[in-house]
Amino acid sequence: MTVFVVADHRRGDLRDVSFELLTAGRELADAAGTDLHAAVISGDTDAFADKLNREGVDAIHVVDYGEEFNHDVYAQAATSLVENLGVDFLVVPNSVNGLDYAPAVASRVDWPYVSDAVDLGYVDGTLEITREMYGSKVETTVAIDDGPVVVSIRGAEWPPAEGDGDAVVSTFDADIDEDTVGSTVTGFEEADGGDVDISEAEFLVSIGRGIEEEENLELVEELVDVTDAILSSSRPVVDNGWLPENRQVGQSGKQVAPDVYLAIGISGAVQHVAGMKNSDTIIAINTDPNAPIFDIADYGIVGDLFDVVPELIEQFGGTPPDI
Amino acid sequence: MESQMKVLVTVKEVAVVQDGFEIAGTEIDDTYLSYDLNEWDNYAVEEAVQLAEAGDDVEVVAVTIGPERSEETIRAALAKGADRAVRIWDDAIADAELLDVETKAQLLGTVVEREEPDLVLSGVQANDDNFGATGVALAEEVGFQWAAVVNALDTGNVLEEGVASVRRELEGGVEELTDIDLPAVLTIQTGINEPRYASLRGIRQAQSKEISTWTIGDLGLTEDVAESSLNITAMYKPESESDAEYFDGDADKQAAQLADILRDKEVVAE
Repeated sequence: MTVFVVADHRRGDLRDVSFELLTAGRELADAAGTDLHAAVISGDTDAFADKLNREGVDAIHVVDYGEEFNHDVYAQAATSLVENLGVDFLVVPNSVNGLDYAPAVASRVDWPYVSDAVDLGYVDGTLEITREMYGSKVETTVAIDDGPVVVSIRGAEWPPAEGDGDAVVSTFDADIDEDTVGSTVTGFEEADGGDVDISEAEFLVSIGRGIEEEENLELVEELVDVTDAILSSSRPVVDNGWLPENRQVGQSGKQVAPDVYLAIGISGAVQHVAGMKNSDTIIAINTDPNAPIFDIADYGIVGDLFDVVPELIEQFGGTPPDI
Repeated sequence: MESQMKVLVTVKEVAVVQDGFEIAGTEIDDTYLSYDLNEWDNYAVEEAVQLAEAGDDVEVVAVTIGPERSEETIRAALAKGADRAVRIWDDAIADAELLDVETKAQLLGTVVEREEPDLVLSGVQANDDNFGATGVALAEEVGFQWAAVVNALDTGNVLEEGVASVRRELEGGVEELTDIDLPAVLTIQTGINEPRYASLRGIRQAQSKEISTWTIGDLGLTEDVAESSLNITAMYKPESESDAEYFDGDADKQAAQLADILRDKEVVAE
């Protein structure tokens, strides 16, 4: 039996989740009494294998094919690894690239697929996967009685593996069939930069879905004005086109770590928290006392932003706009 | 008359949990649930309708797996401009606790094989079960190409060249530019467009659009398609990990305490 993890990399660097996968994989391997193998597909595989060779990794397989992620190549290579190396648990990242190939591998090898695990357990031969539903309002345990599974894990839920390993590194010939590669990656682009770099700000006032209407932005703009803060936001505000992309904090936006992050009407979905949890001081204003943003906040106000923000503006000598 | 192009868009009616909900066993009681069109699918519907508006003769077919109640959600897609809809439902599906990815891919795959669309648009994930896998699994099931987490699609290239030139939204503000041969499944990210509200005329027209309802048997499958190897063995509210210091009192008192903190941290000058 083997636990098998597949690393994630982009433009020459292994992504953090690759090292978290090693920890999650090692824990599962210990619980199930198996070995942990890691695979790295495409890119500078020798250098990647070297970096992945951390404590607890028994073997590393490299598939030397192409430079960047291509889902057709990954799906073929991972399927071939699973079919040839006696894999029981295939653990991959729930990253944008993981979303792009893991379901296909599960389908090809005819294993169940469970995504976005935040915890994994192995009890009496049953794999127990903890995952969230209904926008993080509920956690569930999904049990898989017997047989193998493909599972993807959420980033930043496990610590990165550390220490030097003594894994055996070998090359795996995945025998990629080029005729079946129906997608071509033609390049990469950074999202619009714009005039403001929110990642440099000391004080961010960040607005979320709670603002409700575009017209109401005037209220936080006044607060930003009187406090000399920089305005940022969570995803829905940018999706609605109310603020430009360069203001978005989160997994798909910017990573920020200001002295103070004031989250107004932001529930604190995991994708948002991933972009701001390293802020020195986090303050949250939200009507929902159960909003996950309070889990990471240092200070909290359970209240309506339309009551609190005007008062805050007055605290700093401003006049709240009529909205 | 064969249309220039056919676009299939998968839509899901998702359950939304009300505040103060209770969990009984491994389910949330129905009284705490309301239902809505999945947020990601709303963008997929809009993208399909925009393709239809840009092309000469593009048919948009919405397909869902859902009970009779979900026809309300389907009508919303029809009101926004989809031409007709297919709803899959069966007692065996109703009895399943959790539809796994393979089940959904097989059910939808049968519809794809019958409808033979050029393009399938599917939301990246669903608000409720958050699997994020149906679109890619469906592509694999029917042998289509695919791309996941698409936040831009070149409509002209789809209609004129038969190639989907897309941007995939990667982490950290980076986008991958990828060309995919058709037929293909694209999973659509929020923000790709601005979903319209249905017009009154659209809502009226939707009432007379066709929704065909197919059972597992109608699709030529057997009930074991709904079987799952996944069991939900526990469901609970996550424990709050908050150790925040809360500011109490009326809004003015809360704001005063917050202002003190901001001054104390020296991020706001007096």
